[in-house]
Amino acid sequence: MGKWFKSGTPWIWMTGGAVSLSLIAVIGLFILIGWRGLSFFWPSTVYQFDMLDKQGQQYKVIGEIYDTESVLKDQLIAAGVTGLEDKEDTLQRYLIKIGNREYVDLDFQWVLETIIADKTIPKDVVVFERTKNGNFYGYIEGIQENGQAVTVEKSQFKDELQKRVERSLALKGKEEKLLSADIGHINFDLEKIRLKKRKLDMDGLLTAEKIQQLDKESELLRNEYLVLEEQLFTYRKQAQRDSVLVRDMSGRSVILPMSSVLDFYLPNDMAFFTKVKHWFHQVGKFISDDPREANTEGGVFPAIFGTVFMVMLMAVIVTPFGVVAAIYLHEYAGKNNITKFIRIAVINLAGVPSIVYGVFGLGFFVYIVGGSIDELLYPAALPAPTFGSPGVLWSALTLAILTLPVVIVSTEEGLSRIPSSLREGSLALGATKSETLWRIIVPMASPAIMTGLILAVARAAGEVAPLMLVGVVKMAPTLPVDGNFPFLHLERKFMHLGFHIYDVGFQSPNIEAARPLVYATSFLLVTVIIGLNLAAIAIRNNLREKYRALEH
Amino acid sequence: MDRDLSNTLQADQKRVIKDKLVKYCITSGGALVLVTLLLIFAYLLYVVLPIFAPVSIAAQKEFSYQSNGNVLALGLDEQNDIAYQISDDGKLSFYSLRSKELGNLLLEESMLSEYSAFAKTSATSNAYIFANSQGQALIFKPEFETSYPDDIRLITPEIIYPFGAEKLQIDAQAHKITAVSFEFGEEGAAIAAVTDDKRGIYLALTATEDMMTEELVWQQEVVALPSLPNQIEQMLLSPDLKNLFVRSNNDLLVYDVSDIENIRVKSALAINALDANVTDMQLLTGASSLIVANDNGVISQWFEVLQDNKRTFTFIRDFKASAKVTSITPEYFRKGFLSTDQQGYLSVFHTTGATQLLNEKLSSSENMQVAISPRANALLLADDSRLRLFSIDNEHPEITWSALWQKVWYEGYPEPKYLWQSTSASDDFEAKMSLVPISFGTIKAAFYAMLFAVPIAISAAIYTAYFMSAGIRSYIKPTVEIMEALPTVILGFLAGLWLAPLIENQLPGIILLIISLPLSVLATALAWGALPKQIKESIPEGYHPLILIPILLLVGYASMSFSSTLELWLFNGDTRMYLTNELGINFDQRNSLVVGIAMGFAVIPTIFSIAEDAIFSVPKSLTMGSLALGATPWQTLAKVVILTASPGIFSAVMMGAGRAIGETMIVLMATGNTPIMDWNIFEGMRSLSANIAVEMPESEVGSSHYRVLFLAAFVLFIFTFFFNTVAEFVRQRLREKYSSL
Repeated sequence: MGKWFKSGTPWIWMTGGAVSLSLIAVIGLFILIGWRGLSFFWPSTVYQFDMLDKQGQQYKVIGEIYDTESVLKDQLIAAGVTGLEDKEDTLQRYLIKIGNREYVDLDFQWVLETIIADKTIPKDVVVFERTKNGNFYGYIEGIQENGQAVTVEKSQFKDELQKRVERSLALKGKEEKLLSADIGHINFDLEKIRLKKRKLDMDGLLTAEKIQQLDKESELLRNEYLVLEEQLFTYRKQAQRDSVLVRDMSGRSVILPMSSVLDFYLPNDMAFFTKVKHWFHQVGKFISDDPREANTEGGVFPAIFGTVFMVMLMAVIVTPFGVVAAIYLHEYAGKNNITKFIRIAVINLAGVPSIVYGVFGLGFFVYIVGGSIDELLYPAALPAPTFGSPGVLWSALTLAILTLPVVIVSTEEGLSRIPSSLREGSLALGATKSETLWRIIVPMASPAIMTGLILAVARAAGEVAPLMLVGVVKMAPTLPVDGNFPFLHLERKFMHLGFHIYDVGFQSPNIEAARPLVYATSFLLVTVIIGLNLAAIAIRNNLREKYRALEH
Repeated sequence: MDRDLSNTLQADQKRVIKDKLVKYCITSGGALVLVTLLLIFAYLLYVVLPIFAPVSIAAQKEFSYQSNGNVLALGLDEQNDIAYQISDDGKLSFYSLRSKELGNLLLEESMLSEYSAFAKTSATSNAYIFANSQGQALIFKPEFETSYPDDIRLITPEIIYPFGAEKLQIDAQAHKITAVSFEFGEEGAAIAAVTDDKRGIYLALTATEDMMTEELVWQQEVVALPSLPNQIEQMLLSPDLKNLFVRSNNDLLVYDVSDIENIRVKSALAINALDANVTDMQLLTGASSLIVANDNGVISQWFEVLQDNKRTFTFIRDFKASAKVTSITPEYFRKGFLSTDQQGYLSVFHTTGATQLLNEKLSSSENMQVAISPRANALLLADDSRLRLFSIDNEHPEITWSALWQKVWYEGYPEPKYLWQSTSASDDFEAKMSLVPISFGTIKAAFYAMLFAVPIAISAAIYTAYFMSAGIRSYIKPTVEIMEALPTVILGFLAGLWLAPLIENQLPGIILLIISLPLSVLATALAWGALPKQIKESIPEGYHPLILIPILLLVGYASMSFSSTLELWLFNGDTRMYLTNELGINFDQRNSLVVGIAMGFAVIPTIFSIAEDAIFSVPKSLTMGSLALGATPWQTLAKVVILTASPGIFSAVMMGAGRAIGETMIVLMATGNTPIMDWNIFEGMRSLSANIAVEMPESEVGSSHYRVLFLAAFVLFIFTFFFNTVAEFVRQRLREKYSSL
């Protein structure tokens, strides 16, 4: 045995074990996130449980089995649960999602299998997705129009309901459009008039004539607004027409107004392909919808939009600087101390904690640069800050500094792979250095630049800590791009996928309900980032092959 | 021809200019990187430095005034526009400090020309009391009314008599009052007085609102103060009307007056410094601390400390002024105070900061009087019929090097402590900003992460670089490295919401894993050795990890399923309860173990990647030589490869440590963020970075808190700068060494 240890074989196996462990961790992580994130959209079976608790009380519970864990009987007995003596050694405990948040105390309940007397899968149970209070589980009893029951065959409930939900959703869409586009536009213009007035007043140019003119303009806008408001009320009234009568698990009849129903489905009455279709439908909604109920329900569209917009802005800022710095380091810099310092600076910029950039961005960009911009360009809006508060521009700038080393290192590597014979050839033919750079070097290095850019984008998309200080918010009322001039609103705050994960996972009131959403968001973010990284690796490998061919 | 040539030349000229231009642009672009780093460094310093800036004082205005008496007390309004002084002929006079009418007498009123005792309240109540030899007292309050006629601020002084302009009869027997003290509390007010026949009087005044007239009606209640000493120099009532401090020479008697039915002496103690006599004592704002001045220049701070279940007044710390201290002036809202001494020096102190912030000779007179403005940005000084106004720049007195990095004895705490507690719901809360607990948290988190990551990452790097076949290496390496790209917010979220509950529920299983995984690897190795040759040869060398994956998974699963049984056997079915009750170890759900594992995974790819490169780039000639001389692969690895690559491995560990120190999201999400100092692996911590992320959005720009958070960022910056630079330096050296081999 001692000899065996001396031979080193066990140690080789141990180091091999470390590799296995790392692999298990990486792959396990992806599988965990992927499984939990994607299974959320699958329409899971809704059970009806007939409960019989220790007091001999009978009641019914309708819900999805959300989680299962097995516990030892002895452990439960030690914890003080009685009446288990004749049961098996290991018992199952279910976490049941009951929904109907406004009618029950807890919409997620842990239940021990011993009190479940019977478990059935009723075909006609319906899941409603609602604007408020999460899902509703129950059975349809009837459909109402203006409070009067509509006479429909029981078998036609689904189709009739579908029609009416679509109608209500169409009305809601119109209402939304009116609110955000037209009314939003009027509010924007009114605010502009107010600022104009204030500006004139500050410059001492506010004459009675001007006041009158401006007042007239805002009067016109207000009249326009009244008309739209009328329209809005009509839509709302129309949306209130229908409602659906449902019976919940306790047998109580509940009226759900159609305006609160977003979607409904009968999970136990679905064939496999219907379920697949439903899954894609749900994924689509997740990607394209706005979040609801303090971000614990609904989609993540604004977060996707905010992330992409900010990252694009950052890419526009970081690319020229990073490329120029890399060209300097590789093509121009002499072997002197300054070059050495710049290299140390690059290494350190890559290693400084991201939160430090956040602190710097908040203090320097937001308060100093943004504050000065406000004083110079937007004095009328003060003391309300325009650029002097965290926003998407400052986030992009802060992340641009953060990712600068990524672009530099990658570009420099690309430059170093270009054989010097190409440079020399170009120079020998009479081209200046700048011409050589522009015509020969940069085009050849462009895949490397692309790689750097992709890596920078991947890094920026996953960074959260600095953004918490320089512009990300839990819920942004408007996107940074809209139909109001100048269309890009760089001073606005934005939502971000990474921050969304932090916020929903750690600040939300109903963590159990929000958890699958966090997994789904994580999966989305991981997919994007890993995809970007793989693309960068592929480009780099491709590039290497190309130059290897050139060298011989 | 000529034309062509000149055209060409001109074109060349243009090209040369263009070339130069490009060169300058690119050079300046390159320099920009350096500038950015310097800018970050400089900006952080620029925000941080004011907290360490020395206090400065500058004379602003002065004027002489006509007066027959000596100054008893001085005061300023909030805008430093008006000064008032109370002189010993019983007059209250207001003078303007506005530049246009400097020294103009705005209002003067005689209060009580014959008096036997005088006292002032704490700075926040800002009232004065005169008592006379008929047992009467007059209480008044200088006030300032702000109005805006023609949009210009105008401050006018006025005198308020809270209990009417008539004198208040304190002593029913109309004896002379020798010492007096007065204070407003939250619901009422109280006067404590001593008469010339050595009787102590405590007069409680409670206000009730008259239903009809809505005016305040004051009700009096008089009680006698028991066991008074013979001679009384000074009496002080605390603004919460709970304590009465009576000083007789160098002895202090503390009366508990919170219940006027039962006034008693709480404690009696000597408060003088060694070989010195007490000259003055004052209450610091917040009413907990007593500042005692001595004639040898020592100023000491005392407050109540809970010891053996009893609150006793305890000496906390002392300060040194240059000569006999004549007066102490506490600040209005901060725990700072001024002292004047016999030689005309003014000193500024802060109790928490525990330092003398300023010591400057301002006057040649022995009995100068000073007052500080409510905003603590100006100082009024009276000497020789002159009033002088100084501006004081003292923004952050509480933040000193010692307050940040040493134990501080805060008011109400039983002993000096390292504390981070920047905000609270209470108004008179003193921020406790010691960077020690959060730096400790940073190091603790990084330590546990490294404990987890270093063995795994380096072992994996060794195997991948040295034993693994090239074919699978090209897949394994990027797979591990891609983990570096994983957003830490996802790792943090998994750690907080998936791993933390898992560890809490399956702790015995997790501990079992630490033992069972290595053992299973060894067992597999043994079993593999015993397998027949054919099977062994069917799988080429360097595939160990792939063989191990299913085994590790299986063992892992088995350990976890065994967890509850183990829990039942060893820990009575509830590990958490067992740890807390039987072993006395606190258990938080989000603890260092969780952070260690999660952050370990975040730094594994960093360490792995650099260490693997270092090992892989050890010249093949070295290993070949060693193997040719008869060393086994393992001996070659241990004696040749690792030694040669050790600087690279060191650099990898440094890089990993740098990353672990600066990591924010994982620590923020996977710990409870409580700033405690304890190495217990089952408790959480708060790190510098998480602290910044939590508190920065709420801190007021330019406040001490804001600047201390910047300091925290600066400390992080320096930490990681150090780690990265050392790592880079080592790596450069290594590269040079290899190129010579």
